[in-house]
Parts: sequence; C-alpha cells; structure tokens
Amino acid sequence: MNWRAHIEVTCRPGVLDPEAKAVKEALGRLGVEGLGRTRVGKLIEVDFDAAEQAEAEQTVERMCSELLAHPVVERYSYRVESGGDQPGGAVSGGETR
Amino acid sequence: MSLEVGVVRFPGTNCETETVRAVRDTIPSSHVEILDHRRTDIARFDAVILPGGFAYGDYLRAGAIAARAPIGDAVRAFARDGGVVVGFCNGFQQLQELGMLPGALILNQTLHYVCATVHLRVEGRPSAATCALDSGTVYQIPIAHGEGCFWADDEEIRSLEDHGQIVLRYCDANGDCSDESNPNGSRGHIAGICNQAGNVVGMMPHPERNADPLVGNADGVHIFRSLASYCLREAA
Repeated sequence: MNWRAHIEVTCRPGVLDPEAKAVKEALGRLGVEGLGRTRVGKLIEVDFDAAEQAEAEQTVERMCSELLAHPVVERYSYRVESGGDQPGGAVSGGETR
Repeated sequence: MSLEVGVVRFPGTNCETETVRAVRDTIPSSHVEILDHRRTDIARFDAVILPGGFAYGDYLRAGAIAARAPIGDAVRAFARDGGVVVGFCNGFQQLQELGMLPGALILNQTLHYVCATVHLRVEGRPSAATCALDSGTVYQIPIAHGEGCFWADDEEIRSLEDHGQIVLRYCDANGDCSDESNPNGSRGHIAGICNQAGNVVGMMPHPERNADPLVGNADGVHIFRSLASYCLREAA
C-alpha cells in the first residue's frame, strides 16, 4: 500500500532562528502590523510503501528521528495519508517532538 | 614512523587538495591520500581528516547527507577504536551529524557568510588538533562559513566546559572573548570542541588555508603538528 508523508521540520523553541527574524523584519517593511512569533522551517513530502497505517507511521518516525530533523536544534511533526499519488485519504499525525 | 593520513572526499568537498598539501608540508614522513566517500577500509590509517566544502550541497543540513555515506560508519568505528579524526568547517558539521561530537552548527546570527581571519584562544584538554598549541598564545586562522554558529543547550555547554572539551574560542588580539570578537554568534564563543577522549576534534577554522609561510601568517601549521604529535604519542 502506498502512503504519503507530509513532514514539517522547524527550529526548537529557544534556539536562535535568525532566518525567521529576517523574514519578520521584511514583513514589517511590507507594512504588515502587529507581527508576532515567526518561524521558518522545511516541508518534506515522501511517498513510500508500507503494509498498514501503524507501519507507515513507524517508518516516518524513523525518517524524522534519524535523518530529517536534527534533534539538538529542530523538532518535527508529520501526517501520513494513504494513497501516495491520490490526494485525500485517511490522515493521521504524530505529535510534535 | 611514517604517519598514514586519509582525507575524505564527498561530492561537494572542496578543500581536500589544500588539506593534503598542508599535511605533506607540515608532517615530515607522512603519507597522505584522498579517501573516496564510498570506502570503508580505513582501519590502517593513523588519522582521518574531514576537510571543508559543501558536501552534497549542504542539502537538508550541512553534513547531514555526508554522515550517511558508506564511509560514515567506518569513521565512527575508526574513532571508537582510538583513531584520530579531525574535521575542519564542513568536516566539523559532519562530525556532529555523525553523532561523534555534541551540539549543532546553525546559521550565523548575522545571516552573513563570513570569510575572515580570526583570533583564537586555546584551552581545554590537549586534543588531537590542539595539543601542540600554547594556551597562552593567540593564534590567527581563517574562517569561511555560513553555518558556523555553535549551539548546544546550557547543560551540554556546562558538560563541555567541565570535561575540558572546548579547545578553541573566538577572541580578540589580546585573547579576550566578546560579542565583537565572535564572528557568528556561537554560544560560549566556541570555535572548536573535542570528544571526551580528545581523539575526535571539530573546528570551524580552516588551518589548511594558512599552513604555508607563503601566505603570510602560517598559524595553521600548529594544528597539523598537533595531529602528528598526538598520533605519535598514542603510538608510543
């Protein structure tokens, strides 16, 4: 069965995020007012095969913890959809960690 | 005794030629060769250097993909068996991605790529890259990086201090550390650290870029001499 993972990787709270700071300053220069918390991260989408939902989530968990996020400075969250090449389908998600 | 040194090359590594030359010029009777990233037979070397560059284009995070290349596990095992492993710049980032050194190197706080010759202060344990340096002397070595801001949480920084693992700090010409002398916003002004044993060292400065008096200041020479004397001492 084919699955699609949508993975978000962002800076851990407390870690300096100069890119987000620069983005926020630039948004301010656009004239946007009342700007608050701004974070910059990555979105990673991966299609892959797994027999069932639980196995698919385990696989994504491994992708994140062993490669896609740096545990010291980043955290991640994801959702897994069945049917990698079809939009929609059952959606499940992991906690942000 | 002839010293066998391997210099690892990943796609995107770009400082291997200077590094090989610096080893040849500064360590008499050394034999140095470039190691392809697919190799795993590195046990016979005395030291392995991870040189600077942009391995795999710094995709995902600097050093992340390189750390998962076939030679990655071999380098980890080599160090575990007491082999000397030193990473310069991108090599430092790779050592963290390999889990061989703590912390992370993140985007410079200025957001600028910084290319300059900086002052460095030596402290901590006599590591494989700093054991021939004098803790009372301020050295000058070039840096060139966009992601060199050393980050670790308070507990980790304390542990590094307690174990003498901080071996190089950015400072001014007098050896004093201040925000002005910190080129990238690194916590604790950290420019280089080692593991608890001292045989694995990562540093942002590029000693291969000033290891020849021809370029003026040749302070980089001391880093390579440290490597040699550390290896010879271990072998004795």
